[in-house]
Amino acid sequence: MSSNKKYWKSVEELNENSSIVETLKQNEFVEEIPTDEFLGDKETLEATSTTRRDFLKYIGFSTAAASLAACEGPVKKSIPYVVQPTEIIPGVANYYATTIADGFDFASVLVKTREGRPIKIENNALAGSNGNANARVNASVLGLYDSLRVQTPKQGDKAISWGTFDAEITKKLKDIAKANKKIVLLTQTYASPSTDALISKFKEKYGNVSHVVYDAISESAALDAYQAKYGERGLADYDFSKAMTIVSVGADFLGDWQGGGFDSGYAKNRVPDHGKMSRHIQIEANMSLSGANADKRIPATPTEQKLALAKLYSLIVGGSVSGDLPEHIDAAVKNAAAELKAAAGKAVVVTGLQDVNAQTLVLEINQVLGSKAFKPSTPIKTRQGSNAEVAELVADMKAGKVAAIIMSGVNPIYTLPNASDFAEGLNKTELSVAFSLKEDETSSLVNFIGAAPHYLESWGDVELKKGHYALMQPTIRPLFDTRQFQDTLLKWTETEGSYHDFIKSTWNTSILGGSSFNQALHDGVFITSVYAANGESSKTVTTTESTLKDKKDRTWVGGVIHGAAVGLGIKDEDKDEYLSTTKTSTVSTGSATINGVNIVSGVAAAKALASSAKSNGLELVLYSKTGMGDGQQANNPWLQEFPDPISRVSWDNYLTVSKSDAEKLGLENVHVATGALDGSYADVTVNGTTVKNVPVLIQPGQAKGSVGISFGYGRKLGLKDEMKTGVNAYELYANFETVQDVTVKAASGMHEFACVQLHNTLMGRGDILKETTLEIFNTKDKSHWNPIPVVSLNHEETPVTSPEVDLWDEFDRSIGHHFNLSIDLNACTGCGACVIACHAENNVPVVGKEEVRRSRDMHWLRIDRYYSSDDTFEGDNEKKDGFSGLFGDNGSLGGFGEMEHPADNPQVSFQPVMCQHCNHAPCETVCPVAATSHGRQGQNHMAYNRCVGTRYCANNCPYKVRRFNWFLYNGNDEFDYHMNDDLGRMVLNPDVVVRSRGVMEKCSMCIQMTQKTILDAKRDGRVIKDGEFQTACSAACSSGAMIFGDINDKESKVAKLKEDNRMYHLLEHVGTKPNVQYQTKVRNTKEA
Amino acid sequence: MKQVIHRKLSKNILRSSLIILLAFTTALSAQEGDPAKGKSLFNANCAACHQLDKKMTGPALRKVEQRLSDEQGLDREWIHAWVRNSSGVIKSGDSYANKIYNEYGGAAMTAFPQLSDDDINNILAYTAEEKAAPAQNAAVAVSAASDGGSTNGVTNEIILGALAVLFILLALGLYLVNKTLRRFAVAQDIELPETAKRTPLWKAFVQNQFLMIVVAIFFLLSSAYFVYGYLSQVGVDQGYQPVQPIHFSHKIHAGDNGIDCKYCHSSARVSKTSGIPSLNVCMNCHKSIYEYNGETSPEYSKEFYDGEIQKLYAAAGWSDADQKYTGESKPVKWVRIHNLPDFAYFNHSQHVTVAGVECQTCHGPVEEMEIMYQHAPLTMGWCINCHRETNVAVKDNAYYEKIHEELSKKYGVDELTAAQMGGLECGKCHY
Repeated sequence: MSSNKKYWKSVEELNENSSIVETLKQNEFVEEIPTDEFLGDKETLEATSTTRRDFLKYIGFSTAAASLAACEGPVKKSIPYVVQPTEIIPGVANYYATTIADGFDFASVLVKTREGRPIKIENNALAGSNGNANARVNASVLGLYDSLRVQTPKQGDKAISWGTFDAEITKKLKDIAKANKKIVLLTQTYASPSTDALISKFKEKYGNVSHVVYDAISESAALDAYQAKYGERGLADYDFSKAMTIVSVGADFLGDWQGGGFDSGYAKNRVPDHGKMSRHIQIEANMSLSGANADKRIPATPTEQKLALAKLYSLIVGGSVSGDLPEHIDAAVKNAAAELKAAAGKAVVVTGLQDVNAQTLVLEINQVLGSKAFKPSTPIKTRQGSNAEVAELVADMKAGKVAAIIMSGVNPIYTLPNASDFAEGLNKTELSVAFSLKEDETSSLVNFIGAAPHYLESWGDVELKKGHYALMQPTIRPLFDTRQFQDTLLKWTETEGSYHDFIKSTWNTSILGGSSFNQALHDGVFITSVYAANGESSKTVTTTESTLKDKKDRTWVGGVIHGAAVGLGIKDEDKDEYLSTTKTSTVSTGSATINGVNIVSGVAAAKALASSAKSNGLELVLYSKTGMGDGQQANNPWLQEFPDPISRVSWDNYLTVSKSDAEKLGLENVHVATGALDGSYADVTVNGTTVKNVPVLIQPGQAKGSVGISFGYGRKLGLKDEMKTGVNAYELYANFETVQDVTVKAASGMHEFACVQLHNTLMGRGDILKETTLEIFNTKDKSHWNPIPVVSLNHEETPVTSPEVDLWDEFDRSIGHHFNLSIDLNACTGCGACVIACHAENNVPVVGKEEVRRSRDMHWLRIDRYYSSDDTFEGDNEKKDGFSGLFGDNGSLGGFGEMEHPADNPQVSFQPVMCQHCNHAPCETVCPVAATSHGRQGQNHMAYNRCVGTRYCANNCPYKVRRFNWFLYNGNDEFDYHMNDDLGRMVLNPDVVVRSRGVMEKCSMCIQMTQKTILDAKRDGRVIKDGEFQTACSAACSSGAMIFGDINDKESKVAKLKEDNRMYHLLEHVGTKPNVQYQTKVRNTKEA
Repeated sequence: MKQVIHRKLSKNILRSSLIILLAFTTALSAQEGDPAKGKSLFNANCAACHQLDKKMTGPALRKVEQRLSDEQGLDREWIHAWVRNSSGVIKSGDSYANKIYNEYGGAAMTAFPQLSDDDINNILAYTAEEKAAPAQNAAVAVSAASDGGSTNGVTNEIILGALAVLFILLALGLYLVNKTLRRFAVAQDIELPETAKRTPLWKAFVQNQFLMIVVAIFFLLSSAYFVYGYLSQVGVDQGYQPVQPIHFSHKIHAGDNGIDCKYCHSSARVSKTSGIPSLNVCMNCHKSIYEYNGETSPEYSKEFYDGEIQKLYAAAGWSDADQKYTGESKPVKWVRIHNLPDFAYFNHSQHVTVAGVECQTCHGPVEEMEIMYQHAPLTMGWCINCHRETNVAVKDNAYYEKIHEELSKKYGVDELTAAQMGGLECGKCHY
């Protein structure tokens, strides 16, 4: 029966006798429409001369006129400088060395500017240490042009001038100081000698001031351990290029462990040289970059890791440890200990366990091993936060003991686990000031926001490691009315001069020791002479100078050509020995005095560690993602769209769960379409704090009994709606411990992931990614582990490389340049710096989560990640080759199905794939308008203006590297990323066209860069040296995995790599003759 | 007679000695200075900072000697000393020297120890000249020219008019003759033969189907040709000659004064863009060139050009009266003439420095352009034609040595064209 409910529109209707209701029912319009006014008066109507026909005529004419007028080109204005700065030539790039120091990423970089706009970040080859820009640093240039930056100082919501800002705050500060109440400076790690000096000045002036350093992701345990042992706050430095055996217990040292930047050293020994390469054993819970690169990876929960480390200690140093480990881990630990002992000085152990005992043990082990890779004499200074101090501060604030808080570079409301306590404390302060780039979670709650400049607009200095200094210089005039924290401190302490002058005087008095400040500014780095003042060192110093000179020459002749992939091929074992003399002396004196005590404390630590290793069910391991880090760049669309190297998911963070745990908890992942992955939601509870609806991703290799969530997502304020992705894992970061006991409960609903690679395994297709073991590599012939595919010609097996089986005629490419790119799968760590560098160099658009989910991502360069379905890829190959028939135990029908599932602990390989620039390109032959064609220099050209968008080429490409512009991605409100506003578009590279809708695009092998190199050489009238040719990806690759060059130059590295036994081409049997080569991955395993 | 001769002789001697004396006096007055020599010396050494009638970096110098002696009682010796070593004079404590020194912002005049006394005297002689009235002369010249032009025009018109009258008379005569003859014929009853009526030509044409078809085809083809031609010139702005905010005459700068293109467009040597010169480049010269003294025409008078220079001063923030920058500049919004589409990459330095192509090859006779316009069509066909025809400038360029030798052997030519070098590949210009 239908309902008898009465619906009413106004109360009046309820009154049955209302006359108004009755009238309204009769009349559609309440007021009469004045039709008479324009139709009733016949005379006026007839008097008007505009007939219907006339009207149509006018319409027609105006349309035609408008379209004719459209044929006229628009008038373009050109406005030259009134006084042109001498160093700027329009159209020529300038490079400046500077340093990023945002509290999480610290690196010496080279900034490319065009017409005064920074447009790209590159590696600083002069830096020596920390000279490598990771994906986030590469992307940081876009943060400069963020439209949501704070553009002027503010008091509450009101924009004020700096004068008012200073006056108001100093007045309050003076009052507070007079009352002798507490003032707190809460800052990021600056590691800056000048800032330190300034802060002590500030303390002097205002009396009761304390300075609390706060790292969002804390390394406090490691800092405490180092401080206890060496009496100085810092992190032990490691040089992995000295290590031939590396054991890592939960340390993602290829990621952000201890500030990162270890990958280039690591990669040096990963390339087999004279039959030798390093061996890397990783014991970890989450699948990390380091685990993916390890020769042997042992999944273990944090509890097991603690025990394993204690065991390792007892096996190497001594003492006994109680506690049981699963048998396979126990065996692995024993194995590892034996290998470490055998390697002795060339061995190193690292751990990422945030536990003072664990960190102490590692310091001990490395000392006992006499590890050359272990460098406690030059501690890393880029993390200085102390958990205890931060906790105390929050407690003090809550208790109302803090009268004024001045924050810079931190966002505690977002990053603190007990953010509500902090917010409460903030309310109790009399004065709160935040220097911030954004109106973020914290700065929107404070009294005053100091609009802070981006690091590319600031002065600064950083002590990256002890004695290793770096300078930060502005590369652009401040875009907005901003002033940096340090300049403000100068104002508040009533000190004359700018921060620039202050840095200069600090450096001249206490750092440079007579060296030139301008030279240090030019290089971006300065290493104090104490660290280069010994017999052997003088030799090294001269070599550095010679590279420097060489570099200068090249700077003069044609812009800066950064010295190839950093450190590539530098085999000089002795190169860093200049440190050894000082180092050994420090270490020996250190151990002579407190040696005994240390050992005892070490044993005690091992016991404490072992006894602390208890878990109640599931353990949560918090980590930072390669793309997002600690989350301060969350409004960076490049980083949001950057697919995670391991999970290949963009625009999200998630709970990583092992397959068996997922089954137990009732969590699942469903493949919906290419690019579209759906995952269950789960509620995650730690210590009574619940984060609801965390999307779940089943992660192969995740240790059973552990789950992981990454920091950096779930931001709420100071970013565009599109970037408000993921959940905030800081809420679970109780007591700043990355390991937490956790309960996970399935929640209803499915989350939509944008995942660019759903096919996870290689299915035994060894011709895509060739991999072998060091043993086979050393003992067997090339044809065994890197065979050239054969095809049948007249019933004879003929290699595909021979001309008889080729469909095409070969062109003669022996004259001029012939570019090749070599990618060494052994050296590639999958860090993704190249992906972002490619984005920046080539104006690659950001398409957004929805489009990525539709498999319409625009990355010209992707890093494919493959899991093995067996224990090893070798096992996969054997399994596939062993198939016989369709059915049965060895049947291919069921067998292939099984092979689609990665193993519990799979081997992982990374493979960067971009346009392969085939000499016999399938795309070129199918283009109906000849928009894509081949150049003599080996590059496959793409003329966008000629393309009509048939997409035949993409369909015919065996490598799936062509990208279609489904939409106009610039100046389109539907894609509200950086290319939708004038500010964001300032990052575009003026040498590369911005593609429009309906056009196919792809990697050009950075033809704009090769052409530039050639032009510079022509202008100077010289021959081009090897290493001058670079692409954006090869220049960004700090591990030396990507080598670019001219194979017609027989002495070039890439020409030699082409003749290397490890060289192969992707899908060689297709016969496309690519100009991108890959070097077979060799794993240092005996088991396989 | 002898005496007479003698007298005559003495008279001659007297006369000749008089002549010699006169000659000597002129020589003596040459000691006083030769204005012509002085002018060239002045232009070479002094003109950068001094003008005759206008205060610039240094004071105006017209009749400086007279002025100094009248007002300050300083003689020529003082001037010699000052020119050779002004800072020495200042240091010696000379009051006027110090006064001048302070008046001009404490910038000492460059010392010219290489100038001899004669040189300085020559310059002083030049400065002592009366001010000429060039404007009047020019006006006279112009009126003379226009006079000449008008007389020419008059004669032509007269001749043409006479001819026209002659033709009219002739036609009238013929008509009258014809009329008279007809009258005679009627009078004498002679029948004039009637011409048979034929179908008119256009009717015959319309009736001829073959012709109609041919014409229709021709009409269609030609209209297609013109439509195609029209469409393909859409976006081609050859001859584009916009009005610029400042009337900058390339003819005066590059043509009359022969300034090298790359003096102002210096980035063409090293950059992809030729660069519009920044105003400080203009001011390099225009600090001292505050007026136009060249040829003028009714359309572009001296006042007009001087006004344009004032526009430059306003834009650069230069106060001509105070001879210093006010700091209030207004950047000039030039209208860009040569616009390549975004998807075409063009690099000036490749063509200018590497290939040594003259600017005029693409930009046309800029030195004759009073108003700049786009000379070349800037179409792809135009680019490619040139690449096909132009040889690569390989001489003394180490980069080309190997590749040129190998490629020319391959193509069997002595000199490679840009096209053979790879200059026709899509990706060389489109990326």
